[in-house]
Amino acid sequence: MALHDKDRVFKNVYGFQDWKLAGARSRGAWDGTKALIDKGHDWIINEVKSSGLRGRGGAGFPTGLKWSFMPKSDPRPSYLVINADESEPGSCKDREIMRHDPHLLIEGALLASFAMRAHTCYTYVRGEFIRERERLEAAVAEAYTAKLIGKNNIHGWDFDFVVHHGAGAYICGEETALLESLEGKKGMPRLKPPFPANVGLYGAPTTVNNVESIAVAPDILRRGAAWFSGLGKPNNTGTKLFQISGHVEQPCVVEEEMGIPLRELIDRHAGGVRGGWDNLLAVIPGGSSMPCLPATICQDLTLDFDTLSKLKSGMGTAAVIVMDKSTDIIAAIRRIAYFYKHESCGQCTPCREGCGWLWRVLQRMERGEAEKGEIDLLYDVTTKVEGHTICAFGDAAAWPVQGLIRHFRPEMEARIDRHQASHKQAAE
Amino acid sequence: MSVRRLDHEQPASFAFTPENAAWAEATVTKYPPSKQASAVIPVLWRAQEQHGGWLPEPAVRLVADLLGMAYIRVYEVATFYTMFQLSPVGKKAHVQVCGTTPCMLRGSEALVEVCRQRIHPEPHHLSADGDFSWEEVECLGVCANAPMVQISKDTYEDLTPDLFEKVLDGFASGKPPEPGSQIGRQASCPAGGPTTLKDFAKAGT
Repeated sequence: MALHDKDRVFKNVYGFQDWKLAGARSRGAWDGTKALIDKGHDWIINEVKSSGLRGRGGAGFPTGLKWSFMPKSDPRPSYLVINADESEPGSCKDREIMRHDPHLLIEGALLASFAMRAHTCYTYVRGEFIRERERLEAAVAEAYTAKLIGKNNIHGWDFDFVVHHGAGAYICGEETALLESLEGKKGMPRLKPPFPANVGLYGAPTTVNNVESIAVAPDILRRGAAWFSGLGKPNNTGTKLFQISGHVEQPCVVEEEMGIPLRELIDRHAGGVRGGWDNLLAVIPGGSSMPCLPATICQDLTLDFDTLSKLKSGMGTAAVIVMDKSTDIIAAIRRIAYFYKHESCGQCTPCREGCGWLWRVLQRMERGEAEKGEIDLLYDVTTKVEGHTICAFGDAAAWPVQGLIRHFRPEMEARIDRHQASHKQAAE
Repeated sequence: MSVRRLDHEQPASFAFTPENAAWAEATVTKYPPSKQASAVIPVLWRAQEQHGGWLPEPAVRLVADLLGMAYIRVYEVATFYTMFQLSPVGKKAHVQVCGTTPCMLRGSEALVEVCRQRIHPEPHHLSADGDFSWEEVECLGVCANAPMVQISKDTYEDLTPDLFEKVLDGFASGKPPEPGSQIGRQASCPAGGPTTLKDFAKAGT
């Protein structure tokens, strides 16, 4: 059963239509926002809780629950911070929201901020998304002019929306690194606890949410939690922007139900795997930090948080990277390892040293210049990085290498055999 | 992590134009009182834009003075964030080729080779005429339109080596092509046309 267009939140995901306020209104944005606010802080939080919405930035933490952690009375101001530092390789969905439907994000920010008793929202857009930022800033200006936001706006909750930006650092997608960066420092993650809900931006209570999590909130509140939770699967509800890249006939971004079978997603929207389904080698289901899954597992695979975590991979950002049989899987993961080496902030030694080490060893393994025992050593080192760092970056760097070894060890060994055989010949 | 240092050759001074100085002053007010350090990345970025696409050392000090920050704190920011170019870049274009796995799977290595042949064998070096420079960057978040490059504020997507050469020709002749997909796709819509929201796939509302 395909998702009906009427149940899609992002009706202008490709930007065929007007992104401005008039266009957004015609698609239903800013409709009855005041009535939603009049229902109160707790009603909004409870509705988002019962919708089952899980954070769309990668970790899948229940959004309503996260909002409920914010203090109800505190002398300090509360802040909503929107994480628009979209940088996880494979992910390209928040970009489409910001440039084609920015008003969904602004309206969601008002509702979420009201729910958490915040009067200010900072949106941290990755530095490279310059046009997307310009578009968002223009939409924010429209919203101020129309008195939808700002002081004494028509919704009766003073609210400022500030667009901020970075300058090229993947680690700033980690929520506490983002807060450091927003405070004008290097993007180095903070130790938790204290969690941002207690000590966040400028030492004040803060919730950090992904762009997509915030942008779906207005539709959830307008149409009701039951509508959203009726889509997808239990504990994995709603719709999701999937991003299909790599070896498919027609790469694209598309909104589908959570729990859609991988094959259906690829065949229906991306024109199928290049060279046909049987030409599939492996899939990275949720962005580069999620371990790859070989074709044998992909046949009946559904894309949702619980299914993928049972397979020791993850839903992540729903960035599906498809690799056909022409792929050198060791090279593909080696390039991901280089990414993590390049992006490590350098604060924790296991990550700073380990990421470079993983990349260097994978370079040798790609050429087969290794001993088979080093595969075990490689795996062992990933476990020394994983879980031994302040933030989840260390895990994200370790998992893709673990996925490679878990599923493609025979390929790694065969390459070592080939290399050793060719050198033996040369020596004779 | 990568080691990044300021260029050996630096201009004697740097000053914001009156427009940019006013802009910087207004930007500081977006943040709460005494939190003006929050503006450091946007203000440094404006300095880089004004200075032909790279950030000179006197600008680092100027921004520190402007925001009441220690020089070392701004220096840290300038060297930590990789979009700050610490050496001169091409006058007509500094090309950022995305090389991370989703782009690599669709041929970004061939785009890097075009840069090596046409601009300079090494990244972060100027071409002979000083008009171009290039680097391989990490994921630019345009994965459904891979492979792609970013030049200044715009992205050029769905590239092949030939299409990329045409983009570079455009910058060389002063007539850059339209940004976005270079094969005529609408954003990240499937190349064969939308599979969803077909009623919305036309201009207007």
